[in-house]
Amino acid sequence: MNGTAPKIRIRGLEKRFGGKEVLRGLDLDVPAGRSLVVIGGSGTGKSVLLKCILGILPADGGSIQVDGEEVVGANDATLNRIRLKFGMLFQGSALFDSLPVWENVAFGLLARRLANRRTAKEIAIRTLARVGLGPDVADLWPAELSGGMQKRVGLARAIATEPEILFFDEPTTGLDPITADVINELIRRSVRKLGATALSITHDMASVRKIADRVAMLYDGRIIWEGPVGAIDRSGNPYVDQFIHGRADGPIRVLQLAELDEAPGTAAG
Amino acid sequence: MNPLALVGRSALAACETVGHLALFALDAVLRGLRGPWYPRQIFRQMVEIGYFSLPVVGLTAIFTGMVLALQSYTGFSRFEAQNAIPTIVVLSMTRELGPVLAGLMVAGRVGAAMAAELGTMRVTEQIDALTTLATDPMRYLVFPRLLAAVLMLPLLVLVADVIGVLGGFLVSTLKLGFGPIEYINRTIDHLESEDVASGLVKAAVFGFIVALMGCYQGYHSRGGAQGVGAATTLAVVSASILILTADYMLTEIFFSR
Ligand SMILES: Nc1ncnc2c1ncn2[C@@H]1O[C@H](COP(=O)(O)OP(=O)(O)OP(=O)(O)O)[C@@H](O)[C@H]1O
Ligand SMILES: [Mg+2]
Repeated sequence: MNGTAPKIRIRGLEKRFGGKEVLRGLDLDVPAGRSLVVIGGSGTGKSVLLKCILGILPADGGSIQVDGEEVVGANDATLNRIRLKFGMLFQGSALFDSLPVWENVAFGLLARRLANRRTAKEIAIRTLARVGLGPDVADLWPAELSGGMQKRVGLARAIATEPEILFFDEPTTGLDPITADVINELIRRSVRKLGATALSITHDMASVRKIADRVAMLYDGRIIWEGPVGAIDRSGNPYVDQFIHGRADGPIRVLQLAELDEAPGTAAG
Repeated sequence: MNPLALVGRSALAACETVGHLALFALDAVLRGLRGPWYPRQIFRQMVEIGYFSLPVVGLTAIFTGMVLALQSYTGFSRFEAQNAIPTIVVLSMTRELGPVLAGLMVAGRVGAAMAAELGTMRVTEQIDALTTLATDPMRYLVFPRLLAAVLMLPLLVLVADVIGVLGGFLVSTLKLGFGPIEYINRTIDHLESEDVASGLVKAAVFGFIVALMGCYQGYHSRGGAQGVGAATTLAVVSASILILTADYMLTEIFFSR
């Protein structure tokens, strides 16, 4: 790439659940200060990949280095220190519903004792403004927000500590196209403004084109294609082509068309 | 299936669960004690467990005291031994019924709530989010609950003891013809500090059991709303059984001293 060491370097990563191999020898470099988007079908292990990097799920094999520091097999103290570099937007927002919105946003600041409660609240309100939410939202409870607002609060929580690395797990899923575009813009801006490294997951090709510098495709437990976003339409990779055009027929067999034809018959019989 | 294999397998599964539970408890306590502490969380749980359980525990205690007086009258009047009623009521409440009933009530109220809350946090990835924000869920969620339950249950039981005795007092003076002063004197006469203390020790142990089962089941729940429901049921049932088991063992220990 550009010669500098990657921010995150993954080699031969393996993860199993029981007998089910989800990641089987995954290699990936996330370049510093860039936005990398991982695409791939549902259930291919994209969320699992992020959780392995954060050490929330223990990897079964391989190596994950963040700034050259090994995550796989690291002890609690090391993991916690490494986690301070991260901010993450979870697929389902994962807001703490026992805390008001502002405390959710300020959670990282308070946990790290970077601010007292009053300053933390001020910072939270400022961060909420950056994701397009007014100060009146700060004192609401997460359950009082719509799905799109929860996503924004989740985003605010991820960026509030100005982390070096940002993870976004399907930031636009379930949002209307306009709100989705606003979120994309926010992510784009957060990465530019903070100079952060971003690793995002999405199914949404519009989102990919908007927020990605580079794109990697996860299939069958490995990265089968990786390249700059501009090259995605001429990747020459049939899997990538099928995915970005959303075609049912191609090398990726989600559900055989023959099965669809048979389904009513089997149900009746 | 071979019945012996079935017995063996369930015995092994039971041992495994006990082992996991013990490790979970040890982990939570050791980490919790080492800090960082979360005073807000501890305070919140103390209010939740102590203050909000007062009505349930109080109601249970007053009716238990009243029933105790009536039932012992039925039995003891046959031997002309009605005078023992105040002693029976106060000893039963402090040594046995106060802690056990409070423990069971709190298991139903607080243990279930803990399992449901932590279970929901687990399945909605809130626990993962905590970890990502460099906050240890064992220290932030589990330890405050354990500590608050161990501290608050004895206080609840103390209140239950007083209310239970009051229930016995009301029935005895209004219905069974005891004089108020006489009743109170007889209550105090044969009461020793060890009677109350042993009940409070029991209460602390039961509090630990309730919070441990609630947290353990919630923390390890999986499979969406259904999994959370199952965790809640398991938390209450296992806490209740453990309370009754521990009650016998503790009574045995106090008895043989
Ligand atoms: N905690 C877990 N226990 C058991 N299996 C799991 C667990 N987490 C994930 N899996 C399995 O791992 C596989 C990958 O899951 P993952 O959530 O990473 O998918 P994904 O690529 O993020 O899909 P989606 O795009 O639908 O979010 C799935 O088949 C899932 O069943
Ligand atoms: Mg996912």
